[in-house]
Amino acid sequence: MRVVGTVLAATLVALVVLPMVALVLGAAPADWVAALRHPMLRPALGLSVVSTGVSLAVIVIGGTPLAWWIARSPGVAARATELLVDLPVVLPPAVVGVALLQAFGRRGLLGPALDGIGVHLPFSPAAVVLAQVVVASPFFVQAAVSAFRGVDADGMIVARTLGASPGRAFLTVALPLALPGLAAGAALAGARAFGEFGATLVFAGNLTGRTQSMPLAIYTALESDIGLAVVLSLLQASVGVALLILLRMSSVRRP
Amino acid sequence: MSVWIRLHAQLGTLALDVALDWTDRPLALIGPNGSGKTTLLRIIAGAARAERGVIVVGDRVLYRSVDGIDLPSEERHVGYLPQGHGLFPHLSVRANVAFGLRHLPRAERLSRVRVALETVDLLALQDARPSELSGGQQQTVALVRALVTEPELMLLDEPLAAMDATNRRALRSVLGARLQGRPAIVVTHDARDVAALGADVCVLEEGEIVQRGSLFALRADPQTAFVAEFVGQGTAG
Repeated sequence: MRVVGTVLAATLVALVVLPMVALVLGAAPADWVAALRHPMLRPALGLSVVSTGVSLAVIVIGGTPLAWWIARSPGVAARATELLVDLPVVLPPAVVGVALLQAFGRRGLLGPALDGIGVHLPFSPAAVVLAQVVVASPFFVQAAVSAFRGVDADGMIVARTLGASPGRAFLTVALPLALPGLAAGAALAGARAFGEFGATLVFAGNLTGRTQSMPLAIYTALESDIGLAVVLSLLQASVGVALLILLRMSSVRRP
Repeated sequence: MSVWIRLHAQLGTLALDVALDWTDRPLALIGPNGSGKTTLLRIIAGAARAERGVIVVGDRVLYRSVDGIDLPSEERHVGYLPQGHGLFPHLSVRANVAFGLRHLPRAERLSRVRVALETVDLLALQDARPSELSGGQQQTVALVRALVTEPELMLLDEPLAAMDATNRRALRSVLGARLQGRPAIVVTHDARDVAALGADVCVLEEGEIVQRGSLFALRADPQTAFVAEFVGQGTAG
């Protein structure tokens, strides 16, 4: 029984790790040189880094008060909102992309209104950010809600009786206590945003130098140059891993 | 300082109906679990809502439903000690005690914290985190943290509950000394706490005060089975 379990577990590990190993082995030095000079790389990497930074900022700035409210409010509205913001996790990204088009596209729900003030979201860098925000925010909000639920309610009452306004009690007690959870959630959301593909392709398109983020550049490279695709994939993976390590480290440090 | 409380609140199926007034000493609040003791403290602290009523401490109205007065917790000058101390785990003992003194200049703040910790012999632990303290030390720091802001009414929710016998005795005498002559409500399950505080007892059952008086009076004429049980345990201690 134990042997069977070990074999099954090892098989799964192999299935997960083998592609990564193949990826690392698949890049010849010549591929690296060619890829690093390729005109597609810089704009794609630049767009990915900047758009992920912007979406992460949007997610954290909006998601923190949202998560606090969800964690503290006993009402039905909070439970319903909690469910709604989780929705993108179970929706395929392509569906999110179509939904975004239906909302912000030229003929979408808000399309005419946006058109009236001269804003055209689809197939713009802003669309890349929007797609990332929708797809990645549940990961941050979920983590933040559970971190805030862990903050002792009595401690918050004590802070208030000691003269702290609600805002100060939040900043000096709740936020520091929830910070490790918030950072872990931000790391997950950042990684998810950085790898966003499906919703971006549908809603923002694949325009080199404008909406072509790294995952889309990899997709494009695959059609012509597998070596380029492999190197781009490795770059994408390493930036993602670096981001994760950085955020995890910052969450471990004690205040 | 006198305290005057009239409160009505609906907690699920339980209707809390309380009328209390007393002056310049601790009042022991006893009652079975679920009788509304913690909620009553939270309402007085401004952390839970009442339907209607009045809370007056000295000449300050903290809450009065008829004219819509409902001071936020931070303006009530009430000290609250929850069950399980409520110390901030990410702050040192010193920072915990200094938390309520932010309005003071730094030098005065630090000297007040120093004096407060000195009187309970905990100055040596001022840089420690709450998790490094014993249960009795944690409760003492929590008590000092509340008292250092000079609240006009202290609310203590089972301050001795999670303590071993030695710590309990030590902290009981600290409580007795520090709450002397102050308006306070102390929730307890132990008649020895009542004796140490020299407090009157107020019995809350199913949201209503069923008996009130000295320990002696309760012993002489217990009105409910719970009171009889409570004072019976007291004779053994």
